[in-house]
Amino acid sequence: MAKIIVVTSGKGGVGKTTSSAAIGTGLALSGHKTVIVDFDIGLRNLDLIMGCERRVVYDFVNVINGEANLKQTLIKDKRVENLFILPASQTRDKDALTKEGVEKVLHELAKDFEFIICDSPAGIEAGAMMALYFADEAVVVTNPEVSSVRDSDRILGMLSSKSRRAERGEDAIKEHLLLTRYNPERVAKGEMLSVEDVQEILAIPLIGVIPESQAVLNASNSGQPVTLDQDSDAGQAYLDTVSRLLGNTVDFRFLTVEKKGLLKRIFGG
Amino acid sequence: MSEPFFELKGSLFPLSVIRSHDLSVAGLRTSLQQKLAQAPGFFHQAAMVIQLTPEHQAVDFIALKQLFEQLKLVLVGVTGADTEQKQQAQQAGLAVLRLGQDSKAVATEPVKNSAEVPTELVPMHTKVVEQNIRSGQQIYAKGADLIVRGAVGAGAEVIADGNIHIYGSLRGKAIAGASGDTSKRIFCHNLQAELVSIAGHYWLSDSLQGDFWNKAACIRMQDDSIAISELY
Repeated sequence: MAKIIVVTSGKGGVGKTTSSAAIGTGLALSGHKTVIVDFDIGLRNLDLIMGCERRVVYDFVNVINGEANLKQTLIKDKRVENLFILPASQTRDKDALTKEGVEKVLHELAKDFEFIICDSPAGIEAGAMMALYFADEAVVVTNPEVSSVRDSDRILGMLSSKSRRAERGEDAIKEHLLLTRYNPERVAKGEMLSVEDVQEILAIPLIGVIPESQAVLNASNSGQPVTLDQDSDAGQAYLDTVSRLLGNTVDFRFLTVEKKGLLKRIFGG
Repeated sequence: MSEPFFELKGSLFPLSVIRSHDLSVAGLRTSLQQKLAQAPGFFHQAAMVIQLTPEHQAVDFIALKQLFEQLKLVLVGVTGADTEQKQQAQQAGLAVLRLGQDSKAVATEPVKNSAEVPTELVPMHTKVVEQNIRSGQQIYAKGADLIVRGAVGAGAEVIADGNIHIYGSLRGKAIAGASGDTSKRIFCHNLQAELVSIAGHYWLSDSLQGDFWNKAACIRMQDDSIAISELY
């Protein structure tokens, strides 16, 4: 039985697509057959982050409209076994997605894949609702600042009222908090909300904390999911997150300010 | 072998007493249906007593009993009956009850309202929400108290005609006594509200800063103004 995980946030620019790519890649690296679906119709980004933009022939909307089949449309990742991408359409808008169409495609994917990662667009409109409607679990990506936290709160309300599970009265969507762009130094200075602050407000279990890192930007620019950069702090934090998503208990890292050694202080670090 | 248990004891039970000048089946049906529509389910199979006065002539108790059955009520007896009424009621299988002294005085007064169920004895309903109320969500407890077993997020709104109890933090808006009752209150375990309002009087977050911010608090009306005190 495939698990459908939506990566969502309400607010834009907090790292949904980066996280979708990183988590999807992490799951595939752990040996689980995974597909990442870009729900951001009209603002296609996932292909860039995954570095497969030149290989997009057909897209999600083509599949829904029956103009292409899944086999033609899915892009197989060249670096990681078991990893596929279903790109969004760049020329259409969010209204091109219908509930029936999305359901049909997800149902089809569920036959083949263990994990279906739905990369949600920002906002709370039709596109975002479509991405979360069929989800079993949700990764709510939040930056440690008030507007992002409030938008996440809004999305959590949607998850518990507008999803298929909610409408059918089934078990609620399992919600996970993923804190991204976390900077312990700025938290210590009081310039950023702490993990505890965010958790107190949102009151959902924490699945990961991704430190603010140059590695994330480098990864995006080079079309490499940051999980593949296993020497970086962000890459390691995403791998921890994936491990927790798979049910393992992993200690949280990168939460406190790193004490600089004497050499680092002298030569810079 | 112990003896089979048997005990006969006098006990007091609350019964709803109906006073109406019109005890015809049609008249009472209309009045009762209106009352029941206000609080569906509340009076389900409730035991009722009819208040009689000497003005009531030739009441058809058997027909009334059937009417109550149809409305899912139980007519158990009458009170204030004269000799003739007493006999008729007993024939219909109803108990003849004696009211306490206070009620007797009331009973002799002319009754204006068609069917008066003692509303002051009816407790308000309560709406219970078992989870956090998220930003953008709105909960309205119509004609009821509201209990939230979680937090009310910033940008969320909780509204009740009765009191509001929040067992988590209140970060959004809370509006109690929404239909104008100034005796209603707001209770919360952590006051960080955007707005609190009681019966139309309101305070914004700015006015709430101070001794009770971030603390458990009770908000109520006092001398036409909102007043905050510690919850405990």
